[in-house]
Amino acid sequence: MSATFGVIVFPGSNCDHDAYHALAHVMNAKTKFLWHKDTDLSGIDFLLVPGGFSYGDYLRSGAIASFSPIMQSVVDFVNKGGPVLGICNGFQILLEAGLLPGAMLHNEKLRYVCKQIYLRCESTDTMFTRALQHGQVLQVPVAHGEGNYFIGEENLKRLQDNDQIIFRYCNAEGDLTPEANFNGSADHIAGICNENRNVLGMMPHPERAVEKQLGSDDGKIIFESILNELAVA
Amino acid sequence: MYKATVNVTLRTSILDPQGKAAHQALHNLGLKEVNKVRIGKLIEMDISADSEEKARAIATDACTRLLANEVMEDFEIIIHEN
Repeated sequence: MSATFGVIVFPGSNCDHDAYHALAHVMNAKTKFLWHKDTDLSGIDFLLVPGGFSYGDYLRSGAIASFSPIMQSVVDFVNKGGPVLGICNGFQILLEAGLLPGAMLHNEKLRYVCKQIYLRCESTDTMFTRALQHGQVLQVPVAHGEGNYFIGEENLKRLQDNDQIIFRYCNAEGDLTPEANFNGSADHIAGICNENRNVLGMMPHPERAVEKQLGSDDGKIIFESILNELAVA
Repeated sequence: MYKATVNVTLRTSILDPQGKAAHQALHNLGLKEVNKVRIGKLIEMDISADSEEKARAIATDACTRLLANEVMEDFEIIIHEN
């Protein structure tokens, strides 16, 4: 039986249809939308928390969404080992919900940044990145104003020691130049996983990089990786 | 009834680029005496409680659970009787 993906829709989500398109139309995966008031996740094998401006970014990005009715079910899903991918605002929501460590500050230069950037795969030891090569560079777009990842020194060391840093911002050659870290994130962090490695949060948008005619299809390998893993699970 | 005024600011160890930009702008206006600017948020809450301590406890709970993110922010609570 093929896996079923759930894309959570919060008031203010705006990448939910991009995620749905990437999964359902490009990857041909069985996908359904889940409203933030839903609490029943039965039959769902993979959860995607999409980007956008849930609740208008009131208070802090992702803060209000992290208390939506569906989030308690998401926490239970994660605790049972269910895989979750949070992209952009989805990553911010997972941070606010305490499913991933750290917080997001305004971009260092206070500007909203919307452009194609490069990511380097730092760990292939997750179901999201198993199909990638260690050090592989992906061209993927970003679109955020608060993506300056912050974490205290001790916890940063834990992320490094536990191989929880999955993606770093780099240049086209894969080098970690200061310019490549356009938002000022700690240790060039673009994506991290939790200790159990079943939750991945990333600021860049792989779901917007699945078709060559839209600039890049480098993001597709992340979804291929997920589908491969779900097929053998 | 009590009124709680909460000041939420970025932790002092974290660079506050908004504060820095405003500081620079104040210098450009000739206010060279301003040595530091930090920008945060102010949150006011009306709280039903029968003592100041209870009102403070409720406000603290609100801050730690939602209003401030202690990974990056500090908060200060001032309680006034209404």
